[in-house]
Amino acid sequence: MKLIDSNPSGNVKTASKQMEFVTVTVAGQLLGLPISRVHDVFVVSEMTTVPLAPGEIAGLLNLRGRVVTAVSLRRRLGLGDTAEAGRRMAVGLENQGEAYGLLVDEVGEVLKLDPDEMQPNPVHMDRGWVGLSQGVHQLRDQLLIVLDVDAVLAFETEREAA
Amino acid sequence: MDDLLLEFLTETNEHLETVDVEMVRFEQDPNNEAILSNIFRLVHTIKGTCGFLGLPRLEALAHAAETLMGKFRDGMPVTTPAVSLILSTLDRIKEILGELERQGAEPEGSDGDLIKMLDQMASQEPPAPEAAPAATPAPASGTTVYQVLERELKPGEVSLDELERAFQEAPGPDKAVTAGTLTYQVLERPLKPGEVSLDELERAFREAPGPAPLVIEKTAEKVSGEKQVAPAATPGVSKKNGESPEAGEGGEGIAGKVQTIRVNVDTLEHLMTMVSELVLTRNQLLEIARRSSEDHGYKVPLQRLSQVTAELQDGVMKTRMQPIGNAWQKLPRVVRDLSNELSKKIELVMQGADTELDRQVLEVIKDPLTHMVRNSADHGIESPADRKAAGKPEKGTIRLNAYHEGGSITIEIADDGKGLNFAAIRKKAAERGISSDAELERMSDAQVAKFIFHPGFSTAAKVTSVSGRGVGMDVVKTNIELIGGTVDIRSEQGRGTTFTIKIPLTLAIVAALIVSSKDQRFAIPQVAVSELVRVSPTSEHSIERINGTPILRLRDRLLPIVPLSKVMGLSGNEDANHGFVVVTQVAHQRFGILVDGVFHTEEIVVKPMSSKLRHIQLFSGNTILGDGAVVLIIDPNGLARMVGSESDRNEFQSDANLEQAAVAADEMTSLLVFRGGSESLKAVPLSLVTRLEEIEASTIEWSSGRPVVQYRGRLMPLVSCDEELAIKREGMQSLLVFSDGDVSMGLAVAEIVDIVEDKLDIELLAERSDLVGSAVVRGRTTEIVNVAHYLPMVLETWSRKERKGGPERSLLLVDSSTFFRDMLVPVLKASGYRVQTASTAQEAVRLLSNGLHVDVVVTDLELSGHSGFALVASLRADPHHSTTPVIGLTVKPDPQQIALARKLQISEIVSKIDRRGLLSALAELNGTLEEAA
Repeated sequence: MKLIDSNPSGNVKTASKQMEFVTVTVAGQLLGLPISRVHDVFVVSEMTTVPLAPGEIAGLLNLRGRVVTAVSLRRRLGLGDTAEAGRRMAVGLENQGEAYGLLVDEVGEVLKLDPDEMQPNPVHMDRGWVGLSQGVHQLRDQLLIVLDVDAVLAFETEREAA
Repeated sequence: MDDLLLEFLTETNEHLETVDVEMVRFEQDPNNEAILSNIFRLVHTIKGTCGFLGLPRLEALAHAAETLMGKFRDGMPVTTPAVSLILSTLDRIKEILGELERQGAEPEGSDGDLIKMLDQMASQEPPAPEAAPAATPAPASGTTVYQVLERELKPGEVSLDELERAFQEAPGPDKAVTAGTLTYQVLERPLKPGEVSLDELERAFREAPGPAPLVIEKTAEKVSGEKQVAPAATPGVSKKNGESPEAGEGGEGIAGKVQTIRVNVDTLEHLMTMVSELVLTRNQLLEIARRSSEDHGYKVPLQRLSQVTAELQDGVMKTRMQPIGNAWQKLPRVVRDLSNELSKKIELVMQGADTELDRQVLEVIKDPLTHMVRNSADHGIESPADRKAAGKPEKGTIRLNAYHEGGSITIEIADDGKGLNFAAIRKKAAERGISSDAELERMSDAQVAKFIFHPGFSTAAKVTSVSGRGVGMDVVKTNIELIGGTVDIRSEQGRGTTFTIKIPLTLAIVAALIVSSKDQRFAIPQVAVSELVRVSPTSEHSIERINGTPILRLRDRLLPIVPLSKVMGLSGNEDANHGFVVVTQVAHQRFGILVDGVFHTEEIVVKPMSSKLRHIQLFSGNTILGDGAVVLIIDPNGLARMVGSESDRNEFQSDANLEQAAVAADEMTSLLVFRGGSESLKAVPLSLVTRLEEIEASTIEWSSGRPVVQYRGRLMPLVSCDEELAIKREGMQSLLVFSDGDVSMGLAVAEIVDIVEDKLDIELLAERSDLVGSAVVRGRTTEIVNVAHYLPMVLETWSRKERKGGPERSLLLVDSSTFFRDMLVPVLKASGYRVQTASTAQEAVRLLSNGLHVDVVVTDLELSGHSGFALVASLRADPHHSTTPVIGLTVKPDPQQIALARKLQISEIVSKIDRRGLLSALAELNGTLEEAA
């Protein structure tokens, strides 16, 4: 991914007002995760699939001796799995004391954005997406959706409970 | 809350626990100065700290308690009310501490009531001046006296102090005794006033009345039980003081405490996690080292690293281990309070208190254990009067025993009380509709005992404050099963009940069998695995199917098979025949898990499932294997539930007998559904079926018109399951093989339809002996076949007796065993008798004297309670029955019995297990009866 201009409006803001986002791409869409929530970014090597698990859960990973639950952001956003069998990237998140790995297509760099410039979700945005998005930032050449990490990790698990 | 207070709370709570236990010990051994000074010191510490922290309520309470204990130290007799008072003071202190922990401040309130009572108690009895020397604060004198006693106390003997007091209090001859003070020589110093020599004391004591011996005996046993020292009871104190005479406070180390520091549990947990990771990394390194043949000089250090890691892992594991005695700490107090409350005499014996197990496990079993001990005390142990009447010692014993066994720990809780009241449990089960009367009748006691684990089940006549509310045993069971443990009951009427709990040593690291299914690896905890069987269509063990449901014949039993890939939804391919069957035992249920491959067993570090996956009951956790892969751990309990079976069922029990076929109505039953000659479906409980066979019809031989087949070296008679179905003369014939001991029978059926799991709600049919009744199985009306109907048909064949359609004869069967009666009645009925049964000689006599007319009496000669011969003798004495033929049943006929039988005109003695013999004896009798008619 090429450089993304972090100051789309050209105004120089004070650093204190800016928030940093880790950008990721899923199916060509740019998404941002608050950097405070991101523990690390890693390459997924071996993954153990969990039979009978909810569809969003891709499997379990061994991240430096810790078992991490891998959640597919694609499936979480209602998108199909990628056909590419290239290297898979994951963003390490922590939620209620548990480690998660959010599987994404690509990880970009860190952007500094001004929260004041965030726009609300477009009214006609997909219902599933609205629940996971906090708002939209307008970058120079594309839009960045700010993901609500808690919402992304809060999905129904009892649905498939036997 | 500040740190100081927090520390005070933890410490004080610990102190109080100790005081509780020590107090109970002290009550039983009031002269053990070491215990007293230990308690005294602890209470004093509490008092001191409370004053320091500004906690007036606690301070006042502790002070009052301390004063009373001070009196004890000065020689005031230790009484039960006094100890109870101190214990309730301790309880109050605990209450206040609890509040303090919650709110950070002492709660409002006054303890005037307790303090007043304590003060009263303390001022009640001034210390006896005579007793003072023995309990004097200067330990030297007391110690020297102890040293005189250079041998262990025998049961019934008491410590010096006790003797002394007994002596002082003893009336009569002691004057003369004290006069003979020349025996002072034994002591190496002049006796102080009021002291006497050992011999004199002992003699005086023997002459003195009082409960002392009982008390001491109890203590001595208790000490040995607790400390697991040599069986010879040594009141630990005398020895200890002897060894270190100058240690005034030396006695405080009663539990032999080692120096310790307090470490936060989180710190330990973190350490454990880090070590686990270290182990995994080590394993990875070793893997790499194995793969490369070159040695760059790192292999030796790697070996060393590996060793150190293993040791480190052991060490860290040890920090998590705690002696099970920690969970038992409260029990002496519990038992003491209960025995007072219930006016029973109960002794608690604890063995193996130093058996260590993981603190996580310990936490989980703490409450169940307490509950079970309470149960034993309340329900198990009888009142002293009842015990005396039953010829047992007045004092009941509850025995706790813990020991390592393989990778698990076994804890036994045994009482020598009255045992489970099976009759009451049966009655209650019927009342609550858990099971029908008929089914209960057929159940074994062991099965009936399991009912106490049903929620809300209680047979206690009234709800006491202790138990009987019907909550508990089910929770106990659930808690224990939660950590992969099992509970078993063994009970004998009048002899007591034993609960056996088996739990894994640790939850953190378990031995697991690594298996694979569809290229994915899984771990199955080793404790659940009883054996491994390799299966393939060509080998001895092959998987067979009944309408697609896989089963395996294993040692003449049918084992339900659960293909792992199928429950996991990994494949729709259901006709897997190759692989391994992991025979799994969960509680009393056996089933086989079919997997593709089995690798090895590995000690795995159990990691909890993510909260997002915890709802999948198939898995209990996950782990990282040596090669770094994440593997899911299969929960056999969950798997058992998933295959749609309740854990209470017994059908798959390997040792299930025919008698155990009865299943409670609300439980699921596995039924083998088949078709006979007609359209209607028939079913039989799968547990009754020994094997399923399909034989070439040409192998069926017809001997005098009856079909038999050579089966396992014997001739097995065949019976058609109904009249419409003719046994095939060609093609393949399906058989259900039923075995009972040596006797086998093949039931020919048209087609085996399915094995289904259903609640069995049978509507009984009276008019058809070949059917138990009908039931709705999977929405279809199905006839439930009565196997007992067919067995006699076969037996009859063998007795080569064509039954004549003569008038029905009546028969009285007297046997105390329900099982035997149940077994014989169908056989006798099928032979054309109207059968009346009686379980005792008395009952039989009553029936007969009430005018019951019978043609034949068949009686067990070894009736419980009353001899069968006595029954026959009373029959012979009655003019109505003086000539009634009698057949005697016996386990093993001996000449004496035969002689006696001849005298009493008993027509024949038949071995109890020889049913054919009985039938032919009856047939013979029949002949003579007809001739006579």
